[in-house]
Amino acid sequence: MTVNSGDTAWVIMSGALVLLMTPGLALFYGGMVRAKSVINMMLMSLISITVVSVLWALFGYSLAFGHGSQWLGPLHLGGLGDLVRTLTDNGGTQPVPALAFAMFQLTFAIVTVALVSGAIADRARFAAWTVFAALWCTIVYLPVAHWVFDLGQVTAGRVTGEGVLAAHGLLDFAGGTAVEVNAGIAGLALAIVLGPRVGFRREPMRPHSIPLVVIGVGLLWFGWFGFNAGSALGANGLAAVVLLNTQLAGAAGIGGWLLVERWRDGRPTGLGAASGAVAGLVAITPACGYITPTASLAVGAVAGVLSAFAIGLKYRFAVDDSLDLVGVHFVGGVWGTLAIGLFATRVVNPAGGDGLFHGGGTGLLGHQAVGVLAVLAYSFVATTLIARLIDRTIGFRIPRDAEVEGVDFTEHAETAYELDTRTGSGSFLAGHHTPGGRA
Amino acid sequence: MKLITAIIKPFKLDEVKATLEHAGVTGITVSEASGYGRQRGHTEVYRGAEYRIDLVPKVRLELVVRDEVVDDVIDRIVEAAHTDRIGDGKIWVTSLDDVIRVRTGERGIDAI
Amino acid sequence: MPQTFSGDTAWVLASTALVLLMTPGLAFFYGGMVRAKSVINMMLMSMSAIGIVTVLWVAYGYSLAFTDSGSKWIGKIAPSHLGSLVNDLANNGAKLAIPVLVFSAFQLMFAVITPALISGSIADRTKFVSWVVFVAIWVTVVYFPVAHWVFYFGNASADGKTITGAGWLAGLGVEDFAGGTAVHINAGAAALAMALLLGRRVGFRKEPMRPHSIPLVMIGAGLLWFGWFGFNAGSALSANGLAGLAFMNTQVATAAALAGWLIVERLRDGHATGLGAASGAVAGLVAITPACAFVTPTGSVFIGLIAGAICAYAVGLKYRFNFDDSLDVVGVHLVGGIVGTLSIGFFGAKAVNSVGLNGLFYGGDLTLLRLQATGAFAVLAFSFVMTLIIGKLIDLTLGLRIDRDAEVEGIDSTEHAETAYELDTRTGGGIFASASSKEA
Repeated sequence: MTVNSGDTAWVIMSGALVLLMTPGLALFYGGMVRAKSVINMMLMSLISITVVSVLWALFGYSLAFGHGSQWLGPLHLGGLGDLVRTLTDNGGTQPVPALAFAMFQLTFAIVTVALVSGAIADRARFAAWTVFAALWCTIVYLPVAHWVFDLGQVTAGRVTGEGVLAAHGLLDFAGGTAVEVNAGIAGLALAIVLGPRVGFRREPMRPHSIPLVVIGVGLLWFGWFGFNAGSALGANGLAAVVLLNTQLAGAAGIGGWLLVERWRDGRPTGLGAASGAVAGLVAITPACGYITPTASLAVGAVAGVLSAFAIGLKYRFAVDDSLDLVGVHFVGGVWGTLAIGLFATRVVNPAGGDGLFHGGGTGLLGHQAVGVLAVLAYSFVATTLIARLIDRTIGFRIPRDAEVEGVDFTEHAETAYELDTRTGSGSFLAGHHTPGGRA
Repeated sequence: MKLITAIIKPFKLDEVKATLEHAGVTGITVSEASGYGRQRGHTEVYRGAEYRIDLVPKVRLELVVRDEVVDDVIDRIVEAAHTDRIGDGKIWVTSLDDVIRVRTGERGIDAI
Repeated sequence: MPQTFSGDTAWVLASTALVLLMTPGLAFFYGGMVRAKSVINMMLMSMSAIGIVTVLWVAYGYSLAFTDSGSKWIGKIAPSHLGSLVNDLANNGAKLAIPVLVFSAFQLMFAVITPALISGSIADRTKFVSWVVFVAIWVTVVYFPVAHWVFYFGNASADGKTITGAGWLAGLGVEDFAGGTAVHINAGAAALAMALLLGRRVGFRKEPMRPHSIPLVMIGAGLLWFGWFGFNAGSALSANGLAGLAFMNTQVATAAALAGWLIVERLRDGHATGLGAASGAVAGLVAITPACAFVTPTGSVFIGLIAGAICAYAVGLKYRFNFDDSLDVVGVHLVGGIVGTLSIGFFGAKAVNSVGLNGLFYGGDLTLLRLQATGAFAVLAFSFVMTLIIGKLIDLTLGLRIDRDAEVEGIDSTEHAETAYELDTRTGGGIFASASSKEA
């Protein structure tokens, strides 16, 4: 089989699109925190890009997508240079260069890690987060990605070496379990270990910039087309239906969320619209390659409604999941994954299945539920252990005073904005190479 | 009648506001301010260049109160805004000749 | 019409859009780093480059850079006549299976961003009209010839057997996949010349010149990173394994450079900063640009780490030597471009790209490193000298710099009669003067 330039073009483009989701997430999250912690919030996303990319080149891709054990790929240290002239081999050889596929999947690993940071806004030590990102990617994301996304190799018509959940019959097109449920529940675990922010449930913690949130959600939405339609790994009819489903669910998510706000609070909000779009996009992620466009509207709208209610849970249970990992990503991910058991139809994707509403019985729904539970349980337990380990050793949380003053200044010696146009507000102390050195 | 003006650290505003509500203060005016006192600002680093920022963000609080509650209000602000570190702020008190409520035209104590 | 490959064409078209987006991305990146009183001017310097260079490209730029004149120094000095090329395929060292207009549009975006990069060294103090004139002359006299030296691989005959007219450095065998020399060293050296000509900003090394919006810098860095995939992987001019390699290398080098910069900051200043992360990412992107299709992903990790760390130190040079390269075009683009161009001499691996040579670490000898040094030095010297001449001429005629009072008041209001932000929610800030240009 030779390289198909059209399929390759689309996968490479999708890799770039998905990478953009992480800076997009940085802006989305950054806009939602207070002006004193926006840099820290954005840096947690950026450093995830760094940590995960390096691990991926060294051993991550091999652990996640090397065929072998059902539980984890083989450990080939030493980089991806060997793959330069090979084609993608995941559930059968595809006419896309292996490095394009490896890069595409890398961007998934990055954004999953970055998502988790939303649960611990304003209060984490930057060094601790960096260590956490490396450990969590290695111990949680890479195995889970192997379970869900490794579709095995095909020899003489037989598939061998699939990941355990893929082999068990879980349908997850672009990461409802491996990305959304995984990051969502890890966020909960992390929020519990770190404890609530100073002033949680007492002080208002308003988003400091809604325009920044909307820029972020715009880039996320744009990038999500790569996330979902790129997962078709080809520029074909399946990619087209996925693209359409993604759009419809994102739009319906906004509708669902705003209806709840209108009915419950009296006014639809800008933050609600942005959050509803993300909820819809999250929910359609696992389902986009298996259901019809009409079903996608339902999946998106229900996700918007569910998440609009679910984000209130953190106040009831006093867990400071600051930027609503549980309410949006966990709830949306669970709903989207289970929805496949209801709405899936082989008319859309012969490689998929038939859900309850298309004469498939409850079998598929069962497989989906098992997949959700497995990822949920493993991620929650493993994340708790990693976070406690870091907290015991180097300490995960900044001191109370530093948090109240603002993590941007105390951890990074920067402030996000200086909109004052007056001069004379201070003085230059030292460039690090100036004669005389630092004061 | 006295005008109490307090310059405090921005992140202490919520605590000060809460304690003033307990003291029965019915209204305050808050504005963003910047300045320096004995602390002479703080140091920030951008691409390795160190800057001393003199004019750091502060919050300016203004409230008009009856003479007999002045000391209580001052004590409360000091207690709530206090971090024991340099740069906690200043409070000053000014005597007022008159106060007028715009809606009703009431004057003096009645307008507070 | 001859056969095109739709997949390759789709990828180069998408890459073109990606690379165009880098220039608005650069406008945000630079705009966020200046003070609130000069953000509009900073962004406008980038945006105006899009307008000027595009027009010149269609007029004659493409011809100067990418046609066979028989000379290795420059293409045909003639109008581009792009309209007459609609049915042709691209021909650059080989017959390519993409339309020539797609190739031309892709290369245009490189010509757009290169002068825009220079604007970072002259923030807050440059007459806008002088900048406009500078861009027009600079791309004509500096960029188009240098692009011809580096990126023009010659005119392949119909049977593909003979290739004529390759550019000077391309013909020598200097390896520069996506523009370490032609784009980054070129812009960096020009930026140094311009910073020297213009002199320091009022208050340089006295007042704090803090970035007015780190979130804006982050928006810019994110868009630059995204667009850079088109810049590097698009330079394969085909959707194939080489594009996949360039794509992966771009990502890991950038990630490693971000780490390299933050590690230096952490050790030296005690804090890892947001601006440092954005700057480290750009340093990595710059360094991997020439190397991305000649090295392995593991090699890219090292190139990125080294570039991030070196650039984090290099941005301090301006304080030592007292020149105001305001947004560190020298420290990031010139230094990063040199690191990347030379790195191929060490990390080049024939195993990943049979067109290239092996570097020192992969069993090669000094040949490749010497070639790379030749390319880097040639572009640096040419660009620096020519820019000094162009800049001096403009300074003597139009004047390069706004006057001191205007600079202190803020270039946005004095050059453009605008202010970047009005975040006050009160009404009643003034009165409406007039709707059109009629006298008030």
